[in-house]
Amino acid sequence: MVVNCEQVWREISNYLEGDIEPNLRAAIEEHFRGCKHCTAVLDGTRNVIQLYGDERMVEVPLGFSHRLHRRLEENMASGRRSFLGWMVAAAAAILVAGGFEMGRSSVFSHPELRSDHAQPGSGVPPDMMVVVSEEGKTFHVPGCPFIHDKARLRTIAAREAIREGYAPCVRCMRKYLSASLISPSASADSEAQVSGSGNPNLRIKRG
Amino acid sequence: MPEEVMSPGSPAGQFNEELLIRRIRDGENDLFYELIRPYERRVYSAALAILRNEADAEDAAQEAVLKALKHIRQFRAEARFSTWLIQIVINEARMRKRKEHAHMIEPIVDHQDDEGNYTPRDFADWREIPSETLERKEVRQKLAEALASLGEKYREVFVLRDMQHLSIEETAKALRISTASVKTRLLRARLMLRDLLAPGFDGNWSSKLSFAKGTKPW
Repeated sequence: MVVNCEQVWREISNYLEGDIEPNLRAAIEEHFRGCKHCTAVLDGTRNVIQLYGDERMVEVPLGFSHRLHRRLEENMASGRRSFLGWMVAAAAAILVAGGFEMGRSSVFSHPELRSDHAQPGSGVPPDMMVVVSEEGKTFHVPGCPFIHDKARLRTIAAREAIREGYAPCVRCMRKYLSASLISPSASADSEAQVSGSGNPNLRIKRG
Repeated sequence: MPEEVMSPGSPAGQFNEELLIRRIRDGENDLFYELIRPYERRVYSAALAILRNEADAEDAAQEAVLKALKHIRQFRAEARFSTWLIQIVINEARMRKRKEHAHMIEPIVDHQDDEGNYTPRDFADWREIPSETLERKEVRQKLAEALASLGEKYREVFVLRDMQHLSIEETAKALRISTASVKTRLLRARLMLRDLLAPGFDGNWSSKLSFAKGTKPW
């Protein structure tokens, strides 16, 4: 294989890297033996690599290392401060969220009742259809005699009535109310009545 | 332990480096100083190669080191830490250059086609090994000026391969270009620098410091 000057220049970098086929290497070395120009280019290129590869070539500014470390130190210190701040913020957020949750569970789980004296209807089946009146404060089983304003009745689900602030009628809804507000005997009586008849009107009439 | 044994490239140095990285990831941030100390010069020179201004290079180097600390958990052990670090420096410097020097006109050599052949212009014999001349500040200055006169794409490749001693593959990865492009640009960069620095016909490289008198393009 014979190579010319242009081919040598094209491969001179790979030649110096040792990244070249053996046949081509041999041909290039043969060319160098007879070409002063290419030998000059080879020597010069090698010198360039050697000069710039020397670490003395780059002069780091005086105090560079010190300034770099100081900047790192400042960054780490602010990181620690912000971590501390983050911890305080997180703790505060937990406290606020906890307080809110506690408040929600004790106060906001039920809407404001229309009647100060009524019990919330938490024991009433939510899908049960009940009757409410615009002016009234309680919801009733349809047909309950204790409905005050029979002209403006609406039939809605118990869940809706509770959401609107209606409380269960202590008469027709008695069986769903908290046992603590009802005497054990009354409660037992009520259960017996309900089990004996599905019609609250009958129960009320009997009572 | 002797310094050469613990140098970053040695097996012991590599082990020490991995250990340091693990401990930093576990929260011992103060050890980061120790991890980057061997690379301070390289970090600075990589930034300088792109920004060509000492103050900008120092600022970019600092910023890159801070980013390396911040993202140390993203470092994957299959790469060398030095390559990863230099890549961050290159990205930082490039970003700054785009932001601050978008209006600058690139040197004319930057418009040369990668694919075209480069023909050496100077065939002066240069057999002297001139390393000792690096002790002289004016020599270092002239070499820096010659390097700065190259187009950015040649300068970046040359700095990473011949000054930072990254492999061809690492250079390609750091610059997000192909290994073929690295080789082509490297050849051009080396030949251009050789032309810029070739000695006079007397063959004496250091006497060719007469290039300071105006016989060379800079």
